[in-house]
Amino acid sequence: MKLAYYPGCSLEATAKEFDSSVRAVSKALDIELVEIPEWTCCGATSAHATNHKLSIGLPALTIKQIQNLGLDCVVPCSACFNRLKTTEYQMIHDAEIRQEMEKVLNFKYDGQPRVYDLLAYFVEKIGIKNISQKVQKPLKGLKIACYYGCLSVRPGHITEIDSTENPMQMDNLLKALGATPINWSYKVDCCGAGHSVSKPAMVTNLSGNILAKAREAGADAVVNSCPLCQTNLEMRRPQGEDIPVFFFTELMGLALGLPEAGNWWSKHLVDPSKVANAIQAG
Amino acid sequence: MYIITEGGPKALDLNFTKEVSKRSGEDIQACYQCQKCASGCPIAEYGEIDTNQVLRMIQFGLKDELLKSKAIWVCVGCETCGARCPNGIRIAAVMDALREMAIEEGVAPGEKDIYLFHQCFLDSVKSLGRTHEGSMLMKYKLKSGHLLEDVGVGIKMFLKGKLALFPHSVPSKTEVRRIFDWAKNKKSGN
Repeated sequence: MKLAYYPGCSLEATAKEFDSSVRAVSKALDIELVEIPEWTCCGATSAHATNHKLSIGLPALTIKQIQNLGLDCVVPCSACFNRLKTTEYQMIHDAEIRQEMEKVLNFKYDGQPRVYDLLAYFVEKIGIKNISQKVQKPLKGLKIACYYGCLSVRPGHITEIDSTENPMQMDNLLKALGATPINWSYKVDCCGAGHSVSKPAMVTNLSGNILAKAREAGADAVVNSCPLCQTNLEMRRPQGEDIPVFFFTELMGLALGLPEAGNWWSKHLVDPSKVANAIQAG
Repeated sequence: MYIITEGGPKALDLNFTKEVSKRSGEDIQACYQCQKCASGCPIAEYGEIDTNQVLRMIQFGLKDELLKSKAIWVCVGCETCGARCPNGIRIAAVMDALREMAIEEGVAPGEKDIYLFHQCFLDSVKSLGRTHEGSMLMKYKLKSGHLLEDVGVGIKMFLKGKLALFPHSVPSKTEVRRIFDWAKNKKSGN
């Protein structure tokens, strides 16, 4: 199976281990990822926070390229997914915006939705049953707090997620991999996101609170699907807090018994190898 | 009609109310102040006006007070407020509209570092087509004066190969520039 792949800027830098694990896991699931050759930045928070037209125009450039490839496109980064999906939604539902984008970018949009959040694609299209059949090393004994954050979840009419307050996709996937997802109330709370650089104290409070609540609920580790959440949860945390944070694809890699998994831990700012090794040792 | 503010009586600027509704596409008048948005807002304690008060102030046409506020800049766009609003108002879209208006009218941003970060980020996208985190952060540090913040973690990230030394420039930069030029022009489209 072939899918278009939009990594996004963070996966080329701060979240390289997310990129490597996405590629390795997809290969193990017999998915051929075709990286969009000329993908450009989605504009992230900075575009939509300052200029509406820019926030639609930048993702539209990538939507044009996805259409040229003629494949469904998976997006691992929650922020990129949100921007691309919002633009796709607007181009499908607002003729004025679609015509404007077609004029500026010199193409004809076919109106076919193709943008998927990678996690949602794995769970809904590949299927938890199919994934669980490939599990070699179940994540036995791992108590995990599934953290979804904001942008893969809200707004619900764009993300089309099962619930904006208590999503279960990641929990169900991790359960199928053999882990024990815990019940906790902070899975969709904000980590502080794009204010990490300009308001670090605020983000440390928000991220630190999420980690404290995960620990309080008995989690051994936090698992998430967003490169910016990952950076905030690792970098913006109170001193002494050492709970590890994984990308969901890294835990999939472990459970599928991929040899590459060992290469990812050294990229983390908070060393997750103790928890990872404990799982591998069974 | 007038409203009594801390600074004395002010005429209601209903053009402002209409303009925010139009730009955001949200029905501001539907807000009946249940405060559900503010009670779930993760950054409520960092702004000086609560989310529900922002909507009330738009209904009252208090343009100057809102455009120069910190609240519109510290909003992190997490969309929690909108997801919980019983009347379906997407307040994050309203906040986007307010910031855009503040920039267009040249109002000094209530949180200048936040606006500076957005500018540095978008400058990087404009010149390279993708964000180069290393040079973008360096530019922000130089311009903001927060040079020594995060030096330790910056070095750690660099040593882990998480901050690419050289930018990755994309071939479709001309199209990226065209989008920026089009977005700068207020007259065409929305």
